[in-house]
Amino acid sequence: MNAPDTTRRDFLCTLAGCAAALAGACGDVTHTEFFRSHFKELTPEDLDGILKKIERECETKYGKDVDVKNTPAREGVQFAYALDISRCVGCRRCVYACVAENNQSRDPVVQWIRVLEMDKEKGIDFEHANPYYDAETVPRPGHTYLPVACQHCENPPCVKTCPVGATWKEPDGIVVIDYDWCIGCRCCMSACPYGARRFNWKEPSLPADEMNPNLHVLGNRPRPKGVVEKCTWCVHRVRDGRYPACVEVCPVGARKFGNLLDPSSEIRYVLDKKRVFVLKNELATHPRFYYFYGL
Amino acid sequence: MSVFGQFLRFVTGSVRIVTRGNALYWTWILSLLVMIAIGATAYVHQMQTGLISTSMRDQVSWAFYIGNFTFLVGVAAAAVLLVIPAYVYHWKPIKEVVILGELLAIAAIVMCALFVLVDVGHPDRLQHLMPGIGTLNLPTSLLAWDVVVLNGYLVLNFTIVTYLLFMLVRGKHPNYAIFTPLVLLSIPWAIGIHTVTAFLYNGLAARPFWNSAILAPRFIASALCSGPAVLVVLMQLLRRFTRFEIQDAAIWKVAELMAYAMFLNLFLLGAEVFKEYYSGTEHLIHMQYMFAGVGEHDAIVPFMWTAVACSFISFLLFLVPQTRKNPITLNLGCGLIWLGVYLEKGMGLVIPGMTPDTLGEIYEYQPSRTEWLVAMGIFAVGFLLFTLMVKVATPIMLGEFRVAGDEHAHAPAKPATA
Amino acid sequence: MLALALALAAWACGHGNAHELDLSAGWVPAADAPAAGTKLHTPPPPFSEGIFPCSECHEPDMPVNTKRRELSMAHQEIVLKHDAEHRWCLDCHDATDRDSLHLASGEKVPFEESYRLCGQCHGDKYRDWRAGVHGRRSGQWDGEKEYLLCVHCHNSHAPKFAPIKPLPPPPKPERTP
Repeated sequence: MNAPDTTRRDFLCTLAGCAAALAGACGDVTHTEFFRSHFKELTPEDLDGILKKIERECETKYGKDVDVKNTPAREGVQFAYALDISRCVGCRRCVYACVAENNQSRDPVVQWIRVLEMDKEKGIDFEHANPYYDAETVPRPGHTYLPVACQHCENPPCVKTCPVGATWKEPDGIVVIDYDWCIGCRCCMSACPYGARRFNWKEPSLPADEMNPNLHVLGNRPRPKGVVEKCTWCVHRVRDGRYPACVEVCPVGARKFGNLLDPSSEIRYVLDKKRVFVLKNELATHPRFYYFYGL
Repeated sequence: MSVFGQFLRFVTGSVRIVTRGNALYWTWILSLLVMIAIGATAYVHQMQTGLISTSMRDQVSWAFYIGNFTFLVGVAAAAVLLVIPAYVYHWKPIKEVVILGELLAIAAIVMCALFVLVDVGHPDRLQHLMPGIGTLNLPTSLLAWDVVVLNGYLVLNFTIVTYLLFMLVRGKHPNYAIFTPLVLLSIPWAIGIHTVTAFLYNGLAARPFWNSAILAPRFIASALCSGPAVLVVLMQLLRRFTRFEIQDAAIWKVAELMAYAMFLNLFLLGAEVFKEYYSGTEHLIHMQYMFAGVGEHDAIVPFMWTAVACSFISFLLFLVPQTRKNPITLNLGCGLIWLGVYLEKGMGLVIPGMTPDTLGEIYEYQPSRTEWLVAMGIFAVGFLLFTLMVKVATPIMLGEFRVAGDEHAHAPAKPATA
Repeated sequence: MLALALALAAWACGHGNAHELDLSAGWVPAADAPAAGTKLHTPPPPFSEGIFPCSECHEPDMPVNTKRRELSMAHQEIVLKHDAEHRWCLDCHDATDRDSLHLASGEKVPFEESYRLCGQCHGDKYRDWRAGVHGRRSGQWDGEKEYLLCVHCHNSHAPKFAPIKPLPPPPKPERTP
């Protein structure tokens, strides 16, 4: 972090009046950050200042030129995702492409996608699911694979439960987190029925040469410790018209992504022609993540 | 003397009282301070390394801290609810019961706030919860509601106690037109804080173990056991160490009420157990994890059976008149109730709710050393606060500390608690 | 408490999600896949080094042996596991124009459009593929998409996907003592 401004720090601590609360983290906070508005109410200048600050910090820390964007949602776009579970072989290419693309911590290991191995005869049964399978080759006979990440619910319980509004659903349907606003209370993690959210239990580590410099402020920019993160459907890519990294890497082409409002999109084709289901539909979260049987 | 001057003397007199005491008092205070120092050191370590120094992980993302928080919300609520029997049964020392109950509530709420503070990843951002500079996510977030009701409860109790003590210290009667409505307000508010805290869990459809309509009633029932248990012990201590007159009948009445509360608590637990085991849906696994273990994962099973045993034995002890009137079995019962409810709320609510996680994974959580030490420090803060407050309140209630007229404040020789 | 419950209930009933997807008025069934005739942009076929053009070896005056047999002079590595009982090389490869494939109708198809050949049996896959739903896709979700030929992923002589080595599992969480 930058060299802290002592007077401002003192002022801040006095003002907060709870030295104990601030003891550990005072050094990281500046006056501007303390009185910052909620992300959705930032003035363009404030937002620009924040993007510049992240760029400076990343350049200092990782020694490379980075581009922090705030590409907003496009009009007339509602994203959705579909995954063909009859094709997924459980190879975890998506998991590692996601980690590389989204600058997840390498130590401790943070992964946004969890691939569950299930017994074919049990159907979709979380109680007997195994995320830790390892084998010479996959698919293992008698097993199916169910990758799970953020479902970008239409009715997201995580958003409802956040006490400070640090996570919300964007106009294009992506559920995002403001890592500068999150207080780390983990209500959202308790509320998420899909185990999609990850907490930074310690300072994330990211080797400079593996750092992806194409960043979005609400997406894959490096996160601090003590905040929650999760899949954003590669918000930095998809708002530029590209596919999420997991879609492009999947060797069996099981992953599909597109605009629900565009009748010629892959996603509409899947909804129209295939049999789809969503996880835990009884909870009425209305995921925008559809699973389907392509075979 | 002006009211302000009197208040100043009230404050300085209070400081003098808490800085005088016998060896027993100082030993107690110093050991609390040592515990606080140890807890603070552990917390600094946690802040530096991150919450990785706890045993919480993505699979079990709320645990010991939040369990303690929940338990203490119950204590805070129940302490005030004790006003009801005091009022209904026309106990003589009703003011004293109110004061002690509310002091306990204040100490418990402070501990609650501290447990939330140590649980969050970014305590430096708690201003995001403040109106004006933050964005409190009302009405949808139950934690936001909890922040509102708990702070309101703290302010309410602090106001009542300060007002009452300040009137008494000047030898005046409280203005019942102000005092009674506030006390009456604090009763539904007490139920409110525990209900909102129950709803914090109850509202999460992702966690079937918590998503049960009787969760809030269960919270209230268990709080009605643990809160009075503290006060029963406290009343006996005050009776022994000060000139307080508390009749046996009052204590026995509280013990009897605790038996009914414990019956209700066990009944509601039984209803929950029946529903899960008889219907035997996929939701049963959480209760199985709690009472039988799943596969080789059975770390919390002994604790849960201990909790059930404690609750059941204390129920019998308080139900039978002979045992609730015998000081030994009475205090044993209070200890068992405290232990039973503590295990049930601290471990038995949060951990099985999170295990297995929403994708079926079982991570066996047990508090880390840091968590134990930080929790010990927070309890020490609560006990210290409560001790100091009771030490000031006792001589006021006994009429030994007055600031009116030319009378000089003087500290009593005896400590309020041991 | 009651007030809180009522407030919450009122909120829950009344709140309209600003981004709620309302397709009631405008649900249009998804467009069909691009028509079969549409030429799609695909990368060149993944020939092994030096194998194409086939006519380099299969000269026009070379006699054509249409018998099913074990190949011994060349292409020994090819083991047909693609409904081998009913099929032989020349069902797909054109005997007269060796640099071309042919459909069941006899119509010749260049290797660059081999998907038309696959599609005559695997019609459902062919349709899904044209829509971008069968197979791996890259490019733009709202624009130009990069298609792969069937043979980029499937060996046409043994099209079943070979099992692959999975990447390592995540570490199991460990307690802090």
